[in-house]
Order: sequence, then C-alpha cells, then structure tokens
Amino acid sequence: MENRDHIDRTLNHLFRQESGKMVAVLIKIFGTENIELAEDVVQDALVKALETWKYRGMPDNPRAWLYRTAKNKAIDIIRRNKHSSIIDFSDPEKQLLTSGYTLTTTMDTYWQEQHIKDDFLGMMYACCHPDISQENQITFILKALCGFSTKEVARSFLTSEDTISKRLYRTKEYFRKHKIRPVIPTINEINLRTKTVLSAIYLMFNEGYNSTHSDQLIRKDLISQAMFLCRSLLSEKRTQLPEVYALMGLMCFHASRINSRLTEEGRLILLSKQDRTTWDAELIRSGEQYLNKAAFGGELSTYHLEAAIAYQHCCAKQYADTNWTMILEYYELLLKIANDPIVFLNRCLVILELKGPKEAIAALESVKNDKLLEKYYLYHATLGEIYQRLEDNNTATTYYQKAIELTQSKQERQFLKDKIARISN
Amino acid sequence: MKEFMFIIRGGEDKYSNNSPEEMQQHMEHWQQWMGGLAKSEQLIGGQPLMSEAKTLTEGGKKITDRPLAEGKELVGGYLLIKADSLDHAAQIAKDCPSFEYGCSVEVREISPME
Repeated sequence: MENRDHIDRTLNHLFRQESGKMVAVLIKIFGTENIELAEDVVQDALVKALETWKYRGMPDNPRAWLYRTAKNKAIDIIRRNKHSSIIDFSDPEKQLLTSGYTLTTTMDTYWQEQHIKDDFLGMMYACCHPDISQENQITFILKALCGFSTKEVARSFLTSEDTISKRLYRTKEYFRKHKIRPVIPTINEINLRTKTVLSAIYLMFNEGYNSTHSDQLIRKDLISQAMFLCRSLLSEKRTQLPEVYALMGLMCFHASRINSRLTEEGRLILLSKQDRTTWDAELIRSGEQYLNKAAFGGELSTYHLEAAIAYQHCCAKQYADTNWTMILEYYELLLKIANDPIVFLNRCLVILELKGPKEAIAALESVKNDKLLEKYYLYHATLGEIYQRLEDNNTATTYYQKAIELTQSKQERQFLKDKIARISN
Repeated sequence: MKEFMFIIRGGEDKYSNNSPEEMQQHMEHWQQWMGGLAKSEQLIGGQPLMSEAKTLTEGGKKITDRPLAEGKELVGGYLLIKADSLDHAAQIAKDCPSFEYGCSVEVREISPME
C-alpha cells in the first residue's frame, strides 16, 4: 500500500513536470494539427507507467522510462501513418521519419534535452499568441503544458468542464487554421512576445494567489506551475530577459507569504496582522537573487516595481518597520508606466499609512467622479478604511457595504463584514 | 530532374553481427546522408527490406520460401531519389553508408511515364 502511494506521488509530480515537455515534443513531431494525438500518446505512456510500476516497482530513472515509452509509441504511430495524410511529412526533417533507414535516429534527435527545452518554450509562445484571448491562453497552457485534466482546469477557473472544452477547442482550431508552429520567437520579436507570455504566467499565479476559491490544492498547484513556467524561461539564454527575472522575483516574494494570508477557516489576514515568522525565508532569498539579476539593461517594468514593493514588505521585520516612503516612491513610478486603478488605490493606502487620512482623501479626490473606479470594490473599501481612521464610523460602514455589493470574492466579503462588525461593537 | 532507384545489395552478415554502438553510428551516417538529400529536395523515399521472402517462378506455379538471390546478391533495401542524370545519381550514390557494410549499389533510372 505504501509502495502504491509512493508510486502515485512520484507519478503525479513527474506528470506535472514532464507531461508538458512530452506533449511539446510530440506536437513538434505530429504538427499542431494533431494536438490530441500528442496528448493521447502522453496519456497512454502515463497509464502504462502506472500499470507497469505497480507490479515491477519503479525503474531507476522514471523520467527516462516515460520518455522512452512515449517515443516508442510515437514510432508506432508514424509507422502506421506514414502513407496517410494525418501527419504532414513534407518538411525535410520530417521526411526522414518515413524511412526505416532514418526513423529511429531522427526520432532520437527530437528527444535530445536541448530540443525538449526548445519545444516546450516554443509551445509556451504558441499558446500565448497575441491573437488568442488571455483566458484561452491560460486554459490551454494548463491543459497541454502543465498536465492539468479538463476537470482540474475547470476547478481552477470555477467554471464548467464544458466551458473549458469549448475554450480548448477554439484554441486548437486557431492553431490548425493559422498553422501556428511552436518556436521561440526571433531576437526582433522576443521582447514583445515574452510580454504576452509573462502576463499569462502572472495571471495564472494571481489566480492561485488571490483566487476566490477555497480549494487549497488547486491554488498551490497554480502558483507552483506559474513559477515553473517562469523558471523554464530563465533556463534558456534567449529568454533570460530582465522582465522575466523581475516577475520571478515578484512571485517568490508573494509566494513566501502564502501560508500567512489566510486563517485555517480560509479568512483573509491583513498584512499588518500576518505572522511574519511563517514567511518562507528561502523564497525571499531566491527572490532577492532574481531581482538582482533583473537589474541589467535599462528597462524598468511593472514587474520590477511590484517586486521592489513586495520586497520592502518582505524585509520589514514587523509591520511598523515598513519603509512606506520607499514604497510610495515605487508606487509613483508604477503609476507613471501603468495607469491602473489597483495601483492608484494602493498608492492611496500607502499615503494613508505615511501621511494620514486627510492626505489620503485628497489623493483619492484628485480623480473624483471616475466612473470606472466607482464600480470597483477596492475604491469603496479604501474609502471605508480612511473614514474608519477618521473615526467617522457611519460613513465607513456605508462604504464597506457598497464594497461588499461589488465584490464576488467570498473571502473579501467576509473580510469586509468582519470590519463592519468590529466597528459597530 | 529525373528519378532514380538505388538498389542496395548484400551486407546482411555484417548487419546482423555488429554491436549496438556500431549500429547506432552507422544509422547516424544514414541520417546525415539522407538528411542532406531531403534538404536539397532530392529524396523521394526508401526502405530497408526484411530478408524473409517468397519467390515465385514458373509462371507463378512454383513458390520457394527464400529470396531469388542470397548473400552478396540479396536485395537489402532501396532508395528513390531525384538527380539530373545517371552520372549525377551515381555521384550521389558514392556516399551511401551501405558501403560501410560491403554492400553494392545499383543505380537505375526510373522509366518516365509517357
């Protein structure tokens, strides 16, 4: 029984780590018009691994075993289909797959480490094609490259399996129609294309970090997969860009605090109340290293600034030690490159900490009657916070109630309700 | 461009007696040579053949359970390629890895369908 558990755990870990790479290589072999075929081969290899290892025990190198099995299945499929039109062998490299003289040698070259890495990254760029909606990008990445089942993807997005299947279908159709090939973009395009990949990764991370659902396992999975994808980009010279390092640092800082953000019942804990001894010192150290590497080149991205802010929080021993002056400076810079309501409101909260409620209200009023902002729950929550500081409890309660109406998140609602309860006591 | 067939004969003994390492190295030579032909769009296709065979003679009435020719004469595989002329095709055939195994290569132009 213990042995069985061990196999399940190893397999689960291995599958998350390797299935995407195997799918990427197989898509390279079979073409983007045969994504299902690639996914089926990987699924078959996995089932075979589970069955074989259950009886004969784990092999010395499970990863190599899995790759070999997938490779042999791919050879079988090519032998069966070498005269059919399912797979396009017109490319000179692929033509060699159709002859017995060159099939196995050619197949082997597809599975060399450098090729596996290139294909995996190439698939990441293909999934994050600018014409594919961000929602569909992430859905597809989770399914094809992170080894999520359709059910798990549905749970990640709090939506139905049916919706996920439709999204996957649309993306596959797009690939087919536009003959999208999984390649790492050329040096001229790499900066722009990497931005799209990074925002998908960050969205995936936030889905796990801020997400509204209580499924802890899925949340941690999303976080670790987002970090895994970012690390994959950093493993290749061509994609070691400052922005990638900055996002990696940022995610390390956020992730270091993951265990202190929620109570056991899943309620939000404010930064000022979090137990800082539970923060992961090792992750913070990694974050520092990534952030140092992000400093080369002249570019200052939103990830750089967000990471710098998160770092200030991470290195304050207690809440009272927070360097708000520094943080405010970063927010000013951030606002200049990204005129984003969240940034704007967070800046107001920093002003509240640093200069008090009157200044904070003044800052908020500088954009009075902003329709978009008024529909945003955080705007009202911020105002509630400020009026609470001014001890105007009635106004504070009114704003908190408005905020409750505007948020979908169960945790946020509960958090705001708790605040109102505390005021009225 | 004309089309040609390379008929590769012999080498069976050596093929069945070499070590996996030797075999791998040999197969890499095939990969390189055929890869070059594929890149220059001169490769049409080709396969090695199994050595078991049935040979029909006497108007199909007599069937023997072996290839017509054996040993050095046994056809072990074929390749279809494109070249400008018979000389050009023979020039290409000079680099065929099968010579490493003592094979012979016969170059024949495929009769154009007219």
